[in-house]
Amino acid sequence: MRNTQVLTTGYCLLPSEYCLIVPALSLSNLRKSFGSVIAVDGIDLTVFTGECFGLLGPNGAGKTTTIEICEGLTEPDAGEVRILGQTWNGNARALRQRLGIQLQETQLADKLTVEETIRLFRSFYSRGLPVDRLVNMVQLQEKRSARVGTLSGGQKQRLALACALAGDPELIFLDEPTTGLDPQSRRQLWELVQELRASGRTLVLTTHYMDEAEKLCDRVAIVDRGRVIALGTPRALIAELGAEAVVFFAVEGEPMGMEEVTAISGALGSPHAPRQTDGGYELQVSAPHAAVPALLESLQGSGRRLSELRTHTPTLEDVFVSLTGRALRDG
Amino acid sequence: MADATMQARTAEATEGREDSESYSSLLELFKVRMREFLREPEALFWTFGFPLLLAAGLGIAFRSRPPEVAKVAVLASAPAADSTARMLATSSGIDAQVLNDSAAARALRTARVALVVVPDANGGVEYRFDPSRPEARTARLVTDGVLQRAAGREDVYEVREATISEKGARYIDFFIPGLLGLNLMGSGIWSIAFAVVTARNKKLLKRLIATPMSRVEYLMSFMLSRLVFLVLEVGALVGFGMLVFDVPMRGSWMALSLISLVAALAFGALGLLVSSRVTTVEGASGLGNLVMLPMWIFSGVFFAASNFPAAFQPFIQALPLTATVDALRATMIEGASLMSQMGELALIAAWGVASFALAIGIFRWR
Repeated sequence: MRNTQVLTTGYCLLPSEYCLIVPALSLSNLRKSFGSVIAVDGIDLTVFTGECFGLLGPNGAGKTTTIEICEGLTEPDAGEVRILGQTWNGNARALRQRLGIQLQETQLADKLTVEETIRLFRSFYSRGLPVDRLVNMVQLQEKRSARVGTLSGGQKQRLALACALAGDPELIFLDEPTTGLDPQSRRQLWELVQELRASGRTLVLTTHYMDEAEKLCDRVAIVDRGRVIALGTPRALIAELGAEAVVFFAVEGEPMGMEEVTAISGALGSPHAPRQTDGGYELQVSAPHAAVPALLESLQGSGRRLSELRTHTPTLEDVFVSLTGRALRDG
Repeated sequence: MADATMQARTAEATEGREDSESYSSLLELFKVRMREFLREPEALFWTFGFPLLLAAGLGIAFRSRPPEVAKVAVLASAPAADSTARMLATSSGIDAQVLNDSAAARALRTARVALVVVPDANGGVEYRFDPSRPEARTARLVTDGVLQRAAGREDVYEVREATISEKGARYIDFFIPGLLGLNLMGSGIWSIAFAVVTARNKKLLKRLIATPMSRVEYLMSFMLSRLVFLVLEVGALVGFGMLVFDVPMRGSWMALSLISLVAALAFGALGLLVSSRVTTVEGASGLGNLVMLPMWIFSGVFFAASNFPAAFQPFIQALPLTATVDALRATMIEGASLMSQMGELALIAAWGVASFALAIGIFRWR
């Protein structure tokens, strides 16, 4: 059902040869608990060949558990995983030849050099890319003889990516690839992911950065408390909000009651309930050119003085907020 | 510009050119083991430097000394003290001095002399000494012999002395094979346990099993690296003993090599077992010590295991280090044949096989 929905919304942005019927990854009714904590609570997903798919959600949403079940590293309590048309059971060795995996917290051996590390990973695969090319792809030419222990966070992350690419994988899993990186390193990594996507590989990545998901992913699944709460292209998800802009304002003196704010929001024709945040209020509006003057007028009418006013185009962050009432970064 | 380079790199990534080089994952894993070890100066010291220093230290402390000279004091206040001292000084086996009462008492108490001689007015002698000290009893016998003969006692039969100094009976000869066994155990357990537990702790094990890497090859790479270092460790220690202390090598090198090989593999397997579940280096360290401490004490490395009560012997003889040290000692010092050591070898191998099988069964990869 979901597949047809996606295909009929005219989503297929990919070159036609990649729009195969066999999905790269499909999960059905996946469940996993650790003791009394339910990490994954019935997830169904399909990732198509050639797309970059994002699992977006706050920390602790179950993204890592989900991706590690896909990677065959964690056994699900229930549900089925199909990778490249196969289940893990009995096919692990052959499947691993076709997957590239980057884990969230791997520390590669400090005493080895970049080249030695890549060479080691390359040796595990029966076919793959030459070590030189892997070094070039992640732009570590100048560091090829440097010990891993001397690399910066961004360089380590690129090395981890090179290790994931050693077997020239069809399907690549990246778990929080840019967490903890500085902005420049993040952009470098984004560029690499985009190149991989452009080269026809399928990517599945997890992130808790909405800008990353928007920038990199063809489709995202927003995950919260072990469930998928929204699925689609970033643009479609944002469009579903029905808001063209998000208006943030704050007032001087006495804080306003939420009833008062809701009344204003309703008068402006906002499709969603307003939200209190950062010492002010956030309204989602469909026509900002009309809504902002109306807001100012309404505040003046009630004798309030505006201390701050900002508007932005809605993002996946706003989608998450409208679905859960919480911000992504709140966790 | 940025677009152009990106396209160029993308083209490179998608290019169909296959990697023409062939790789052996076992060889690469083995090279990683060697590199990680050689790039850790501390590990090098504890594996090679420390055993050699220990051997040198103990070898010097227990070196063979010239025959002991009996240290004797003659009490100054006694009659004919000076003439008695002169009489004793004529014997090469006695170092005699004349001391006053308090100095003599102090010297005896602090073991600077073994015996105090007190001649009396009637031509008799009183010996003051502690009979529980062997050198005091020796001093008494030697001193009494000299004084009696000087007083006119005749030997009733002729005595000839033929002295020997047998290599193989010294402490260093006993100790080198023990140290060799100890080293095989220590480096086998530590080198593997630390490497495995560190890799697990850093989630590197988990990353490795996410590749098609063969788990058996991963564990085998540790065993292989042990074999290389085994040659170096055994060579260094036995070579050092032979060159510096003239330790004998009476059995065959073949037997020594085979015993060392089986022991190294068995202790390597024990190392894998120690590291099969633990997630922290501290945990591995504690468990490793728990496993090794009984063998340090009971297995006859520093002194013969037969010093322990008979009730302990079945336990002691079942330890892999006891079997290793016994077999190495028999080979090096007694020149025992390999066949005669088959029982010990079988015991060591059994430990290895059982440890390896158990380790594989309970090994935690994540």
